[in-house]
Amino acid sequence: MGTCLCDAFYDEAAKATVEILEHLGVTVDFPEDQTCCGQPAFNSGDWTASRKVARHCAKVFAGDLPVIVPSGSCAAMNFHGNLLQFEENPDPAINSLAGRTWEVMDFIYNGLGIKKWPGKFEKPTRIAFHRSCHSRGTGSGEATLALLESIENAIVTPFGQAEQCCGFGGTFSVTFPHISGRMGTLKLDNILETEPDILVSGDMSCLMHLTGLAIAQGRQIGHCHAIELLKKSLP
Amino acid sequence: MIGIQPIDQYARDISDEKQASVIDGSAKGTDKRYHVLNQDYQDPDALRKLAASIKDHTLHHLGEYLEKAEKSLTQRGVHVHYASTDEDARQTILTILRQHGVTQLTKSKSMAAEEIHLNPFLIENGVECLESDLGEFIIQLDGDEPSHIVKPIIHLNRRDIAKTFLREGICNDYNDDPETITRRARVHLREKYMVAQAGITGANFVCSDTGRLALITNEGNSRFGMAPVPVHIALVGIEKIIPQERDLAVFLNLLGRSATGQQLTVYTEFINGPRSASQPDGPEHMHVVFMDNGRTDVLASNCKEILRCIRCGACQNVCPVYRQASGHAYRSTYGGPVGAVLSPILFGSRFPELADLPKASTLCGACNEVCPVDIPIPDLLLRLRDKAKREEVPSAGAIPMSPFAHLATSPSFWRTAMTMSKAMNHLPIQVAPIKPLQDWLGQRTLPDSHGGDFRKWIKARQKK
Repeated sequence: MGTCLCDAFYDEAAKATVEILEHLGVTVDFPEDQTCCGQPAFNSGDWTASRKVARHCAKVFAGDLPVIVPSGSCAAMNFHGNLLQFEENPDPAINSLAGRTWEVMDFIYNGLGIKKWPGKFEKPTRIAFHRSCHSRGTGSGEATLALLESIENAIVTPFGQAEQCCGFGGTFSVTFPHISGRMGTLKLDNILETEPDILVSGDMSCLMHLTGLAIAQGRQIGHCHAIELLKKSLP
Repeated sequence: MIGIQPIDQYARDISDEKQASVIDGSAKGTDKRYHVLNQDYQDPDALRKLAASIKDHTLHHLGEYLEKAEKSLTQRGVHVHYASTDEDARQTILTILRQHGVTQLTKSKSMAAEEIHLNPFLIENGVECLESDLGEFIIQLDGDEPSHIVKPIIHLNRRDIAKTFLREGICNDYNDDPETITRRARVHLREKYMVAQAGITGANFVCSDTGRLALITNEGNSRFGMAPVPVHIALVGIEKIIPQERDLAVFLNLLGRSATGQQLTVYTEFINGPRSASQPDGPEHMHVVFMDNGRTDVLASNCKEILRCIRCGACQNVCPVYRQASGHAYRSTYGGPVGAVLSPILFGSRFPELADLPKASTLCGACNEVCPVDIPIPDLLLRLRDKAKREEVPSAGAIPMSPFAHLATSPSFWRTAMTMSKAMNHLPIQVAPIKPLQDWLGQRTLPDSHGGDFRKWIKARQKK
């Protein structure tokens, strides 16, 4: 599952996802009719709209194959949000999608059981890893951390107040611009204090928000999806 | 026209000094909680889940446990009253006070009392009612509202308090040394305790098997308030019942740690009823007022999990939105994530006015992660957003979603739109008349569109 953000902006993250999975011997299918998981409407409270999109998504991904997503947020929509919005009228297709959806780093680490990443950086590289909020309570955070830390020359550098959100929250950032902007700025302050070479996350949405703020504020920060870093570290 | 959301406005207008106090106080709370729970328990999550299951069980059988509690309390000589609304609760308390001829009383901190605005009501009715918790005392002097569940004056700093004390004649000179402030408050309050005729408290827990109340404080003010007076009234929300006294082992261990990072608060009082013949002091008369005030409606709603809440404030401390906006932005007794769920449904008639609260969250889930009774707050916020939409509550800032749903269920339109979005790279989007885009671009840049690139790439790759 490609996600809207990879569809619109971050093709490199989606490409890296495909390449890494293929590198691991997985055959990747990309159903062409896929669009979005429905989360923007779901989070806005318009569940009539979001259920339509979720049903479409479940139809596109019908079957019994695992559905791999390079986003903790879209994955959580499939396996958590959908169950909530269909709790009064459970739908077998929605339940099936929920049971088969994996965030990609979780899939590599816990699904495929790859506990160490055989990659290497030419020189010591300081990595700031932002755990996206929607992967709280899932295996994604620990999986990403373990895989990144196992790369030779990778130094995952902890930063302050790591449990705090970046302030994106989808339409939240538009509806509550002052709070969102301040949250993001605080997050940037904490991250930049550790002078990382690169900022990674399992969600491009957090990175889009943080780098969008950083550029507007004249601050520099390199960034990519964690899966891109796995790819870059391979010989 | 999309207007500014009230909470966002609070965050925009809050003074730097007030915000610094809020952020500093809450961030420290979060750190202490994390440290003490992880130091003392191998698996704090298991404890949170146990506490949640005890609360759920109790709520599921609330009627039975209330009956049992009433029986146990009555056996101990406590008078039990029920109040179904805030007005009932206020009148019940006033009637008790009049029966005993009370004109002066002290009150320890109680969110239930805040909820029904008990103080101003009693004062209007000729009862002098003094807050004895230091924070609440300062709130009372300022005519302010508490902004945090356990730290009512988190939004103030010591200079603010020193100014209040001087202004209100608590002292004759300005001194912002915290110890001096506390000593001055103590001298002032001690006199009041001795002349009071009744003490009002809340209760953190009521054990239905024994009828014992558990009350926790850090200042000991509630025991001072009870020791010299003939009448004690406890105002208690019906959700404060726990089945057995031994359940306190779970809740007391979680409450202090979650609220203030203390293993136990300085005072934990177990109140057995009115003073017995062998006891040297304590109230001769004890009344417990069980208050519903919207709680059974919440219990019947799809947000009933919020009634598990034990008022520790951990969700408030960790919440990034609360930290930016302060508790007053939530415009009700309860601020932060718990308030965003509880306030719009507990005060049912205020739902339209408070329907923005559930939207003021990125759904980051930090609140659920720290909650000692594992309340799925983000899920509840989402259910309330759905409720607002279904009930067509007008709410500023709602972005229309049906065009999105249409696009996202039409794959070929979707693909075309993605490819076309690339054209935006060559357009002056800064001036495009699209409100959400403008709001975003006000503080941030947008990455260049790569719409369609991935799909082109994977198609070519699959052909190989």
